Amino acid sequence: MSTDPSGADRTDTHDRKTEAALDVERTKAEVERSFAGPAERLEILGVDGALRPGTEAPLSVEQVLDALRWMMLSRTVDFRAVSLQRQGRMGTFSAVRGQEASVVGSSFALDPARDWIVPQYRELPGVVRHGFPLDGYLLYWMGNPAGGRVPDGVKILPLQIALAAQLPHAVGLGWGLKLQGIDGVVTTYFGDGASSEGDTHEAMNLAGVCKAPVVFFLQNNGWAISTPRTKQTAAATFASRAVGYGFPGVIVDGNDLFAVYEATRQAVERARRGEGPTLIESQTYRMGAHNTADDPTRYMEPVELSGWDERDPVTRVIAYLRGLGAWDDAAQKEMQDGIDAEVDAAIEAAEAFAPPNPEQIFTHVYATPPERLLQQQRDAQTANEA
Amino acid sequence: MATMTMIEAIRSALREEMARDERVVMLGQDIGQLGGVFRATDGLLKEYGADRVFDMPLAEAVIAGSALGLAVSGLVPVAEIQFLGFTHQAFHQIGPQLGRYRYRSQGRYNAQVTIRTPFGGGVRTPELHADALEAQFAHSPGLKVVMPSNPYDAKGLLLEAIRDPDPVLFCEPLRGYRLVKGEVPEGDYTVPFGKAQVVREGTDVTLVAWSAAVQLAERAAERLEQEGISAKVLDLRTLVPLDVEGLVAAVESTGRCVVVHEAPLTAGFGAEVVATVQEEAFYSLEAPVARVASPDTPYPIASIEDYYIPSVERVVAAVRATVNAS
Repeated sequence: MSTDPSGADRTDTHDRKTEAALDVERTKAEVERSFAGPAERLEILGVDGALRPGTEAPLSVEQVLDALRWMMLSRTVDFRAVSLQRQGRMGTFSAVRGQEASVVGSSFALDPARDWIVPQYRELPGVVRHGFPLDGYLLYWMGNPAGGRVPDGVKILPLQIALAAQLPHAVGLGWGLKLQGIDGVVTTYFGDGASSEGDTHEAMNLAGVCKAPVVFFLQNNGWAISTPRTKQTAAATFASRAVGYGFPGVIVDGNDLFAVYEATRQAVERARRGEGPTLIESQTYRMGAHNTADDPTRYMEPVELSGWDERDPVTRVIAYLRGLGAWDDAAQKEMQDGIDAEVDAAIEAAEAFAPPNPEQIFTHVYATPPERLLQQQRDAQTANEA
Repeated sequence: MATMTMIEAIRSALREEMARDERVVMLGQDIGQLGGVFRATDGLLKEYGADRVFDMPLAEAVIAGSALGLAVSGLVPVAEIQFLGFTHQAFHQIGPQLGRYRYRSQGRYNAQVTIRTPFGGGVRTPELHADALEAQFAHSPGLKVVMPSNPYDAKGLLLEAIRDPDPVLFCEPLRGYRLVKGEVPEGDYTVPFGKAQVVREGTDVTLVAWSAAVQLAERAAERLEQEGISAKVLDLRTLVPLDVEGLVAAVESTGRCVVVHEAPLTAGFGAEVVATVQEEAFYSLEAPVARVASPDTPYPIASIEDYYIPSVERVVAAVRATVNAS
């Protein structure tokens, strides 16, 4: 037995590196497998921007232009928010980059007037399209709780930080709508990491039993912070889990706007018909850090080397529109200029918002605060005035 | 007025409220066909149907979590977690989710959810059925924690809980379900939260308790009376909100205080009671405030549980020491 601690350390370090390298290899292999062919996976729009043989576009050109605008807006917000965070003007921010088709395509299948979104926290363009104000969203991540309030009438539940805890809420909400005969489908977002939580199992199981009108939209973006998808499950796919709950699980190319939209549309219609939930595994990729506090160079390859750059969901839609003659550089500039103005205005509005009054820590804890809490509030006021 | 057991009073509250408010739904394990393992929901499935009384999968987290979603949809869910010890499997949905939903949503949403759950020792249950976990929930802002000790309060507090716009953990004393009887009015009445009740007058010492420990304190008071010690018994009824005024008044009237609870000593809610008493009633105290609680061990196997939970003898001994301290 070696008694040389430094020797032991070297071995450990070597093993860790090997393991990390293996992870990258496994993840790449997994990614390649996921692109092996359309047999089990819904794919409509090819990487080159052309429709796959035998498919047709489920969205009109006007709708595609609208979707593209949301995707480009999302990416613009990502870049601006990260920049603001680096300047100290924004708190921790989780970018959507790489997952725009996944988020926007799925949200396009929902009717904001009657359907609900139960989000996680990486669905900015989806929740903004559904009615959450962009300036409010930014304000929340700038550290003002007022931004976290979903406006009255907007059918979105609060962002969720305790991963997968939102799934039981989504099931209860959908089930409650069904029991009361209210027309509405609930789509809840979560990731490959959150799928390992017990709440995911409990929620899907109940949803199957009570046939709740719920779409479980699992964004498999390859990473849970640094943990690769291969370490979340030994199952070949996440979608396969649905079998165990008695409802369909489908796989879509998550970087294909049309496939994501179409799969979600079918799941929403199925739920609306009273046939119960669907699990959608959207195979996409987080083209960057988990959030602004993360250093992805410690565990993943640059996106340019991973092969995901060329599968960029935004450029794919642009290539499609160009192919139809519905897009050119002038159109791109015009749309980007409009987005820049909108994002500028949202940032300006968020930054102009009065900073939160610290005393609001005492509000919204209870409908009627207990005397004990009121006393604490008075004590805090007195202490801060002294 | 009818004489009812605790379980009958609870059932009466549930049944009447379902009749009064069609938004009220029940969910939990074995609550429908079986009527609950203690029959708290007996007959409700037959009377109100499967669209209002749900036999749930064996999954505590989704019972609590789906109740939140049901509430957002417009219903008023009353969930049963079969035993308080099983809320360990659901704590993340009760404390940080139900408890914080109003706060996290900046008042857009509230979780009008009642979670009923029995607990307490002395009835020889298997592991994790008896654990008194109330302090964990009292330490979760946004929740209310209700601990009735008698049938009248059980019905009145439960109706108050169901109508409260915020989430309420309603802990039912398992030992008292059939043992504790009392007069309960027919029909609607509520018992307000945050109002402690003096259940026995006394002048030498104040025993502070909640749930099944109230009967224990009353028995100890009877024993003490024979020794010439007059003990007042204060039933807190609700831990959150806490009736600080009532607590202080009861302690000041006797100058001595002993807190009795079934939960382990360290960081039990008794610690909060003692801290409050010393903050608010220090100069009326003639002796240090004592606590009678279970030791800081896991809840033991049933055959030796009587050694673990507070007994009349331990309460009497603590009171004697307190009275003789000065």
